[in-house]
Amino acid sequence: MHGWTGCVLRVDLSTGAIGREELNPDWARDFVGGRGIGARYLWQEVDPQVDALAPENKLIFATGPLTGTNASCGSRYMVVTKGPLTGCITTSNSGGHWGPELKFAGYDLLILEGRAERPVYLWIFDDVVELRPAEHLWGTGVFDSEDAIRRETGIPGTSVACIGPAGENLVRYAAILNDKFRAAGRSGVGAVMGSKNLKGIAVRGTGAVSVADPSALMAAQWAQKQVLSEAPLTSEGLPAYGTLALMNVINEHGALPTRNYREAQFEEAEAISGEELAQTRLAANKACFACTIACGRVSRISEEGRARYTLNTSPRNWKHATEGPEYENAWSLGADCGVADLDAILKANTICNDLGLDPISLGATIAAAMELYEGGVLSEEQTGMPLPFGSGDALVALSEATGYRRGFGDDLAEGSKRMGEKYGHPEVFMGVKGQEFPAYDPRALQGMGLGYATSNRGACHLRAYTVAAEVVGEPEPMDPRATEGKAQLAVDMQNISTAVDAAGLCVFLTFGNTLSDLTPLVAAATGIAYDDDALVRAGERIWNLERLWNLRAGIDPSEDKLPKRMLEDAIPAGPARGEVSRLAEMLPEYYAVRGWSPDGRPDAAKLAELGLG
Amino acid sequence: MNALQIHPEKCTGCKQCELACSWVQTGGFQPSRSLIRVHIFDEQASYAPYTCFQCDEAWCMQACPVNAIDVDEASGAKIVLDEVCVGCKLCVIACPFGTIFFDKPGGVAAKCDHCAGDPACAKVCPTAAIEWTQADPGAWIGPFGDRVDRDYRAAEEAD
Repeated sequence: MHGWTGCVLRVDLSTGAIGREELNPDWARDFVGGRGIGARYLWQEVDPQVDALAPENKLIFATGPLTGTNASCGSRYMVVTKGPLTGCITTSNSGGHWGPELKFAGYDLLILEGRAERPVYLWIFDDVVELRPAEHLWGTGVFDSEDAIRRETGIPGTSVACIGPAGENLVRYAAILNDKFRAAGRSGVGAVMGSKNLKGIAVRGTGAVSVADPSALMAAQWAQKQVLSEAPLTSEGLPAYGTLALMNVINEHGALPTRNYREAQFEEAEAISGEELAQTRLAANKACFACTIACGRVSRISEEGRARYTLNTSPRNWKHATEGPEYENAWSLGADCGVADLDAILKANTICNDLGLDPISLGATIAAAMELYEGGVLSEEQTGMPLPFGSGDALVALSEATGYRRGFGDDLAEGSKRMGEKYGHPEVFMGVKGQEFPAYDPRALQGMGLGYATSNRGACHLRAYTVAAEVVGEPEPMDPRATEGKAQLAVDMQNISTAVDAAGLCVFLTFGNTLSDLTPLVAAATGIAYDDDALVRAGERIWNLERLWNLRAGIDPSEDKLPKRMLEDAIPAGPARGEVSRLAEMLPEYYAVRGWSPDGRPDAAKLAELGLG
Repeated sequence: MNALQIHPEKCTGCKQCELACSWVQTGGFQPSRSLIRVHIFDEQASYAPYTCFQCDEAWCMQACPVNAIDVDEASGAKIVLDEVCVGCKLCVIACPFGTIFFDKPGGVAAKCDHCAGDPACAKVCPTAAIEWTQADPGAWIGPFGDRVDRDYRAAEEAD
């Protein structure tokens, strides 16, 4: 095979058995890779009704055919499993160098089954695959664990994906971190890894990724990179400010959720913006493997902030450098908690990386707790500290407490849905299917509301990034307040993003590239004559399979909904003042565009059409 | 004569240079076979592509017992003559910079040959951290070293 390595590595953690098998070529063709092929294997092998944290759940790391090639942004792998936060099929994506190393070691997919009796880590060095004891690392943060595992392997170039204490402690939104700062962040994939007693996966590959049509691939990648080097966002915006470029933009649109989505503009957004970071704290831009955009931020806490917060990234960290924050994290830890202290955000974000937490869900859960505290529901006795909106110190303290499930952190570790329910106020949960919203108010951007409600992994901005059309004007400007056309927009974006995920590429390149720039890459790498339609169709197929999984898992279509606050409480001020989400206007149309029944189920004809019958 | 000038402060650590180099070497994507390597120093927020300096006084050349390392007249690069190399690895030991590699099938040494005057790494670098330009091959290292030294001292003083 070309593009794909053609090999699946399977490790049974219960028995220690390690096996290799051929990648199913039909599935590879139809589901492409990454998110798609991971979903196909999960569908085949795991009962959707399984308890996410039971040994019967499997944890799949899946690369795509372009992972490890020189296509720009060809660095991605997808963690596919059943998530403990949502109960849905969970697909968490990460970049860095881990995915390419797995490919160079000779594997498209890594399937982990069962549960190890004692903590272990997996070491993959080309053909050498072994489970090693990790009891001495259990309880250790990501930064030190990675360093220790790398030291133990002794092989330069080793990339480590691991969990921190949050994953070990089964925090429902624990992340898997690789290369210290890149995260398969959402939905609790780290908790699944922790439930399997698997601390980390170290991988080093010295082999090659071959492509079917070298000259076509070279031509396609030059063209693709040319577009990225000319598009304003990928050539200027993201390199200059990272994703944090969005902070001021979204705030000006009145779509920046503030203080647990009670407002939609943050008066101090400027203080936590990409511009502020670039002027005062940016040390370097950092790219994932093969990325020509380099949106990653390497930042330093300010000198003043250093008196309050130390970073524990490494004892040799003489520049006090850490990574981030991304726009999402600066929003969740910042605006959503009313925190305007960029140093506190950097510190909390670093804790998330080290303890292995999803900063979006963490920040949003703390924001919900702050609402309860200010409303008098939670007392200082219960939370262990004053918890008003805007407290950077509480944010930092609770980030750490959550990773270790200490004190009130134990409640926060359950996510805002369960935390709100426990204290009798489920209405403070701002999210869908148990997963917290990201950083765009669905009342101000109608398309985002539909995208959140219908995302297969719970609320997510990366599944249908209608912001592109509603704010940035790509590929065509659309009125953010209108509901017309949003169903078609959401479906198109969902299908295309899914195809990009499956190819092993980063969705951020769609800030510059269109699908037509990417299709020739997939075709040249694999030797399969994909055209744009075939890839969109593959995206649709994957989307439908995920939907089927969720239906079988017992996630009813009635869960395609938004919290009451989004539907009934109008935005109080700003450009989107008076707006609510009009989801009910869009959802029936969405089902129709999807070709599903009016109650949101793919019917037999649709499934047959997609080859899923 | 042209040389590779490296500007580590512009490098983002994307490894496109490694991909390009390995493509030239193997026709596939195999960074482990690249003759230019990017070192990622996370703690220092620093990334540095690193390859042969094409030393005037090339120790690899001097150490080779069979004269398998020669100067390419056109590009000025020191190149390994595969058919002469006996695989003794003395050049690997002699190189003070660790830029001679021994991963090539056939048991011969491999080093940067400037792609015969058109280096692939410089062409693909998205941030111009690697430049193919008229300069002394080692010209960049002095100022870069000074800058690192300065930063380090400043950080030490700040602490």
